[in-house]
Amino acid sequence: MVEINKIGKNIYEIPKTGSMKVPGLVYASETLIEAMKQDKTLEQVKNVACLPGILQASIAVADAHQGYGFSIGGVAAFDLDKGIISPGGVGYDINCSVRLLKTNLKKKGFLEKKKEVVEALFRKVPSGVGRGSKFQITRKELDKLLEGGAKYIVQKGFGVDEDFLHTEENGAIPGANPEKVSEHAVKRGIGQVGTLGAGNHFLEVQFVDEIFDDEVAKTFGLEKDQVTIMVHCGSRGLGHQVASDYIKKMEEEYGFAGLPDRELINAPINSKLGREYYAAMACAANFAFANKQLITHWIREELKYIFPEIKVDVVYDVCHNIAKFEEHEINGKKMKVCVHRKGATRSFGPGRKEIPEDYRKVRQPVIIPGSMGTASYVLVGTKKAEELTFGSTVHGAGRLSSRTKALRDLRGEKIKKSLNEQGIEVKTMDIKALAEEAPQAYKDIEEVVRVVDELGISKKVARLKPLGVIKG
Amino acid sequence: MVNKKFKFLEHTADVKFQAFGKTIEQVFVNSALAEKETICGKKKILSKIKKEIKVTGKDNESLLYNFLEQFLYLLDAEDFLLNKIKAIKIVNGKLKATCLGDSAKKYKFRNSVKAVTYNEMFVKKDKNPWISQVVLDV
Repeated sequence: MVEINKIGKNIYEIPKTGSMKVPGLVYASETLIEAMKQDKTLEQVKNVACLPGILQASIAVADAHQGYGFSIGGVAAFDLDKGIISPGGVGYDINCSVRLLKTNLKKKGFLEKKKEVVEALFRKVPSGVGRGSKFQITRKELDKLLEGGAKYIVQKGFGVDEDFLHTEENGAIPGANPEKVSEHAVKRGIGQVGTLGAGNHFLEVQFVDEIFDDEVAKTFGLEKDQVTIMVHCGSRGLGHQVASDYIKKMEEEYGFAGLPDRELINAPINSKLGREYYAAMACAANFAFANKQLITHWIREELKYIFPEIKVDVVYDVCHNIAKFEEHEINGKKMKVCVHRKGATRSFGPGRKEIPEDYRKVRQPVIIPGSMGTASYVLVGTKKAEELTFGSTVHGAGRLSSRTKALRDLRGEKIKKSLNEQGIEVKTMDIKALAEEAPQAYKDIEEVVRVVDELGISKKVARLKPLGVIKG
Repeated sequence: MVNKKFKFLEHTADVKFQAFGKTIEQVFVNSALAEKETICGKKKILSKIKKEIKVTGKDNESLLYNFLEQFLYLLDAEDFLLNKIKAIKIVNGKLKATCLGDSAKKYKFRNSVKAVTYNEMFVKKDKNPWISQVVLDV
């Protein structure tokens, strides 16, 4: 049992004991903490606190649950000289991320053609397995994509500049070096540009159900009853292989003796291997940005065919599995640190240079997907997040129970029927597997969002409700 | 216990299983079958394509990790979907196996397995039977 004490409203502390270098801090309500106590979340928060060069605290945000090595919903910042970088702190799906598109279409107009739209998008955007991309790319071009991310795809003619300008890191993390990506990783990824993948990935057509902050919503271009589209996917096989390759390389170089979990393997940030991992991770992250850019283009094409007058713009695109070099205030001093966010979203307050110019004054958009069939949220970043969580907040509802249990207890067909009854159109490659992603297997998004809003690590702007879902 | 090839255990986010076998080879084969079931459920896959695979590892865990990862690679890079392992030999950290399967393009399913992890992984001999435990990132 991990010792944990309530130190404030929605704030819990795991005191520094044993080999912990800093305390653990968990930002959650009583209900959410109770769920975390049921698995190894808190133990994992504690393990991360033992890693070299960790600054201030090992953090878990409200949607945290057990992962491998680091928990999901985990945030940790490391000192650039003494600290480490860990592939397990980023996750296998490097730059698993969420992009929100807005349209000039109202819910009413969409409903008339709901079925047609969902079917067209399902046909156009490959999902599941055995459905490789229609986008053929040479090895040489792939290298350019790994460096250029979403911008590369736009330059190829698939999108407009505003698309990547409204993406975290302008759609390409600097420092990417394709030479650091293995042949194996390239072979896994080369046929997958522009594919959703599977698991919890999805494409969803939604509408703005409620606005909580008029001014910010206006800046983001959101209004009630407007149709939006959310794309959730990552770096596919390429990213998974990059993570796996560097976990092995780091094991060989540094061994795993003394680590509480083999998945916590890491390398000093300023070591050769640490720098190489970062360069490869950046490539995978850029693959994910490019992936969503191509999907965005295809969505536009299909929607234009059905609604000739439609306009589709990118609201924003946020990473939730990533390591970044960012400036933060540590003990009153501004310094550059390496922030790991695994199942956590950046949530910067006003004025940060990382935020697109047109949003900078009102702060950074934070896109929080709900579980299948439930609401999603647009939040906005805050100064408070910069003070409490290295500018981070939650990434979604967070799982509550296992896929094994969901498959055992629930039936995909039944879930589809229940979604249909709520007016939500569903398309998937594998109806049985729908059970894995049933809303019952996730935490309540309303509770998660309520807590982060109350804490002030991100504030509510708008609630989006689903109209059509394409499951990867 | 030994009669059962593998069983799935509770894990909040990912898929955790234990596989069993009288020999190390058998526990490896059964681990691959558990991975296969995670990838495509109980779908019947034909044995139309043969693949020879070779992997190495510096301990049993890393050997199992590399072995299971090979199937994720073959699926993404070569559209190869495993049905069964026809022959397998493990000597001094080196594994050779003959695998039978089919083109994934012929099947409709959603693979949710992203990666093999070292999280809570073990391969051990428990008196008579061998047991492995693996968490797959899905």
